[in-house]
Amino acid sequence: MRDAAGIGVATGAYALSFGAIAQAAGFSVAQACVLSLAMFTGASQFALVGVVGTGGAASAGVATAVLLGTRNALYGVRLSPLLQRRGLARLGAAHLVIDESTAMATVREDPRAGRLGFWATGLAVFVCWNLGTVVGAAGASALADPRSLGLDAAAPAAFLALVAPRLRHRETAIVAAVAAVVATAATPFVATGVPVLLAALVAVAAGLRGAARSR
Amino acid sequence: MWGAVLLASAGCYALKLAGMSLPQRVLAEDRVRRIGALLPVALLSALVATGTFATGQDLTVDARAAGLAVAAVAVLLRAPFLVVIVAASGATALVRVVS
Repeated sequence: MRDAAGIGVATGAYALSFGAIAQAAGFSVAQACVLSLAMFTGASQFALVGVVGTGGAASAGVATAVLLGTRNALYGVRLSPLLQRRGLARLGAAHLVIDESTAMATVREDPRAGRLGFWATGLAVFVCWNLGTVVGAAGASALADPRSLGLDAAAPAAFLALVAPRLRHRETAIVAAVAAVVATAATPFVATGVPVLLAALVAVAAGLRGAARSR
Repeated sequence: MWGAVLLASAGCYALKLAGMSLPQRVLAEDRVRRIGALLPVALLSALVATGTFATGQDLTVDARAAGLAVAAVAVLLRAPFLVVIVAASGATALVRVVS
């Protein structure tokens, strides 16, 4: 329980920066808050406002956000047998499926502790994430020019902090580097926001290749 | 923008629910698992690159690059998330004031 509260407070700090970045990208306070309430998956939220903030089409932002959300579906594979929920409880549990709640649920050996970890972490993060978003967005909306505070650089910094823990393996580091090069090289030639989607193909190609090799 | 907000939210929730509802063997398949693990890595690093160097369809090296460099150092030093963000924003703002 104490772990859950600690993770909640830490993600509240993330949410402060999400609220501020959403503002800088041209989203209203209400839109930032609805994203945190309804989407409730950090990387996808950052991606939507990040793509729109650099001038990308809203549709490209939506596609990037949804593609990033696919990992939550894979978390369900591990969580579903643990939680064993049906009906309404499953609808609620699904909303709380995020990086943090999955991590806390799956590190426990005992299924009861795992379930407690999932619900406690999911709810603590949900509350803190939404409070942080309101404060961050409202705070940034009071600023005349978010660019003068360098808030346009906050989005790429956030993405870097999110991707860094995933770069420990050689394969993922290579995929990350190739994806960055592909997206940068494509920027002058395709509509804004599309380069990031092209980078997704790097992951698909690497995934298929690795799967074929390990067979 | 409201359309994008609601559509993306619905899409992300549908994925969460699908993971809890679909038959295990579909999502546990090797290819699906591997691509699923690599997608966030590719997307996030592409977002780092374009968020730093792209302005619309133009590529530029401006104050944001300084911000990213500072962020990279902060990440290597295992600084908390908010410190990374504030350091990157501060460095970018400082470069803009100086130049």
